[in-house]
Amino acid sequence: METKTFVSPKEGSALVLVGTIKGAFVLNSDASRERWEVSGPHFPGRVVYSMAYDGRSGRQRIWSSSTHFAFGTLLHSTEDFGRTWTNPESAPVKFPEATGQSLKQIWQIAAGSDQEPGKMYCGVEPAALFESNDAGQTWSFVQALFDHPHRPQWQPGGGGLCLHTILVDPSNTKRLHVAISTGGVYRTDDGGKSWQSRNQGLSAEFMPDKYPEFGQCVHKVARNPSRPERLFLQNHGGLFRSDNAGDSWTEIVNGVPSDFGFPMAVHPHHPDTAYVFPLEREMRCSPDGKLRVYRTRDAGNSWQPLSKGFPDEPAYETVLRDGLNTDTLKPTGIYFGTRGGKVYGSRNEGETWSLILQGVPAITCVKAAAV
Amino acid sequence: MAIIFYIPGPLREHTDGRSQVEIDVEIDADSGTLREVLAGLWQKYPGLRDRIVTEQGDVRQHVNIFVNEENMRDCGGFAATVGHGATITIVPAVSGG
Repeated sequence: METKTFVSPKEGSALVLVGTIKGAFVLNSDASRERWEVSGPHFPGRVVYSMAYDGRSGRQRIWSSSTHFAFGTLLHSTEDFGRTWTNPESAPVKFPEATGQSLKQIWQIAAGSDQEPGKMYCGVEPAALFESNDAGQTWSFVQALFDHPHRPQWQPGGGGLCLHTILVDPSNTKRLHVAISTGGVYRTDDGGKSWQSRNQGLSAEFMPDKYPEFGQCVHKVARNPSRPERLFLQNHGGLFRSDNAGDSWTEIVNGVPSDFGFPMAVHPHHPDTAYVFPLEREMRCSPDGKLRVYRTRDAGNSWQPLSKGFPDEPAYETVLRDGLNTDTLKPTGIYFGTRGGKVYGSRNEGETWSLILQGVPAITCVKAAAV
Repeated sequence: MAIIFYIPGPLREHTDGRSQVEIDVEIDADSGTLREVLAGLWQKYPGLRDRIVTEQGDVRQHVNIFVNEENMRDCGGFAATVGHGATITIVPAVSGG
């Protein structure tokens, strides 16, 4: 693998951001997505749980978290595709002293909708939300979610008690969904002043009450911006869809070989199309050692395995909750990264796949974008 | 009161590349506390603070601070007595793989 210090995308390029447990990599290709240039490792030796691209208002800004084993978690950005990164003197995202909490990880960095080009969000561990109204220059703590009466009963999953999913609603800037493991899905309809759990119909198989008001171990939620009331969800056990912005959920496993998995991705142009990477429950690897992405084109009523281009030999791979993502080009590119340090990509919506990166540390997140 | 701080490699980008820095801490006594001398270090090199202590003011779990040759956790924590000419050594734990 030949790597560079930074990549040089052009207008219309595809960008794939790869976070690993020991640094980050940035991949760039022209719209054909046949050949990729790779830069990195950025933040070598540090855990990178979250990355994001902000292309609003003419920006070309990449965001990344970094967690040093001893020296804590920081938020960085680059305006030149990784040639230089910010290295803030003071941690930009930090808990107020009155909370008694200290930041462990930044699990999610999310840009606000196009209508609010200065809005940014960070979801963190321990589970809490931060927001910025100046495109990430300064950050503030969302107190109302932290004060939610459910919070003392949220419990950490295997990865810690984290707020890992943030979904903005392009049709309603006051509405935001977040997901917490384990807490479930929460929604605000007033710009973060108040929050309601939105878990009706979502199972929590590990609880005495299998359908509690909250406490579900939601692994990932995704939506297509053109149909914001429709949500797809990979649960710790079960695939679900909501057609009413989370007011209720319907199971949509419908033939996927395992209802366990971590990621969920939605096609950026077709709201009925979604992708999952099912995992065998005990080993938490691809079932039978066969790499398979499953795609639905009818909102989860049926799923088809996608495997053309994957290796024939056994591949016991794991894809974590942020390890599967799409770009926004046409045809759409689909990408996933594994704990085995490989990134596979499809430049035709999942019909065929190729290995585009290998030999990197265990992958925690993959985020794709069009420049 | 002059205090010498030894800075670990990953943090030297915040001390202009220096492995050893001397801070003259203004204290009206023969000795001060570790809290006071660290405040002097944060003031001169502000990039160090959030990397060594959390937002709650606690020393990060995997950071050790030695006052001369004693771990601060064994000699009073932030209230540990620090005299003129003392050395403060900041050491990240070494583990992992």
